[in-house]
Amino acid sequence: MNLAYYPGCALHGSSNDYDQSLRACLKALDVTLAELDDWICCGATSAHSLNHMLAIALPARNLALARRQGHSDVFAPCPMCSMQLLRAAQAMAADPALRAEMSSIVEAEVDGGARVANIIQVFEQIGLDRLKAAVKQPLKELKPACYYGCLLVRPPAVVEFDDAEQPRSMEAIAAAVGAKPVEWNYKTECCGAGMTMAATGTVLELSARILENAVAHGANCLVVACPMCHVNLDMKQEAIEEFAGRNFQLPVYYLSDVVGMALGLTAQELGTDRHFVVVEA
Amino acid sequence: METASCPVACAVESLSHTRLEECYQCGKCTAGCPMAAHMDAPPTRLIRLLQLGETNRALRADSIWQCVSCQTCSTRCPQKVDCAAVMDALRQLSYEQGTASPAERRTVAFQKAFLDNIRRYGRLNEIPLIAVFKGQVFLRDRSLPFLVSDAGLGPQLQKRKKLHLVGEKVRDREVVARIFARATGSPASNGGAQ
Repeated sequence: MNLAYYPGCALHGSSNDYDQSLRACLKALDVTLAELDDWICCGATSAHSLNHMLAIALPARNLALARRQGHSDVFAPCPMCSMQLLRAAQAMAADPALRAEMSSIVEAEVDGGARVANIIQVFEQIGLDRLKAAVKQPLKELKPACYYGCLLVRPPAVVEFDDAEQPRSMEAIAAAVGAKPVEWNYKTECCGAGMTMAATGTVLELSARILENAVAHGANCLVVACPMCHVNLDMKQEAIEEFAGRNFQLPVYYLSDVVGMALGLTAQELGTDRHFVVVEA
Repeated sequence: METASCPVACAVESLSHTRLEECYQCGKCTAGCPMAAHMDAPPTRLIRLLQLGETNRALRADSIWQCVSCQTCSTRCPQKVDCAAVMDALRQLSYEQGTASPAERRTVAFQKAFLDNIRRYGRLNEIPLIAVFKGQVFLRDRSLPFLVSDAGLGPQLQKRKKLHLVGEKVRDREVVARIFARATGSPASNGGAQ
């Protein structure tokens, strides 16, 4: 399988462990990634908060680049990027005048027809049976709380993925590679998202609830598919512990880490040795 | 809603593609909002303020900047009011009109610094973003604890090879500047978020 890859800024920045994990894991599954040439930032929360035209134009430029580079499907592992790309594509598909305007703004022909896939959809495309067959090291000891956060499943009219209130797709993948996902209550609650720097207190409060609920339901790790969730729950975990007045020491894996570990990849290959919370196996 | 008598509400409706009169105040948005307990005007109340023409109170609310854009309100609304998009519209208008709540100026400064950063480089450069954001907040607040609050993270990130002293730039930065200028309606020479 060959996929056009839009990593987004986080995966080229301080979430480069996610990029490493995806590349290692997908390579082991014979998926090649063709990174979009000269992609630009999707604008994220800042664009949709301050300027709605920019919030369409920045993703539109990337959709146009994908088209120009011969791709009709784009793999965007960051749910923020993914949601912004989908939102722009849908807005333009529904409004030909907007599409024409955007083509002129971004200096490239944009069509609203591009399909955007998240990491769960890529694993589903590979096939759960194939994942199961590729397992070299079943993760019997792993009891993950699969954490979807916000934008993988919301807003459902835009992302059209899984169930917005009770998603199950990540659990199915974790179970296929031998892990035993727990049932818990906070799988779609917000971690505080991009407020890490601007309003740290918000992140500490919201993320503490997520860690507390995961632990209360017997999880021995969290599994995420979003770089921002990982930053808040892993990098900020020590600060959250101080805020909550208790220890968690709960490792936070990307979904590709979990699949990769089952495929026999090492912590160094996946980059899990670069996480903040590292628990010796 | 009528145009002449409600310029703000109409702009909100147009930006958010939502009809404010559809809201019948059931409160489901606020019930699911993770930030509601801290908000002066949680989502249900913000919509009501707009319905009643109390637009200045909505534009000055702290809550529009406390919102984490989790999309729960829009997802659960039985009337298809896109409340998260209403939040975006209020943020944009409040930013453009300079009525953003002083209590939330850090968040406003962060969003602006983020956009300035990508206008310049095409991709987010974390170190300049943090430097500009913290510097601007310090100049206004003179809060030393805030200025140095994340300083310890630098070495921690460096140890994990997560710190990029030299950030990435896209090749075609000229086109990024022009996209910003056109989308924000400002001249290309100093095109920016505002």
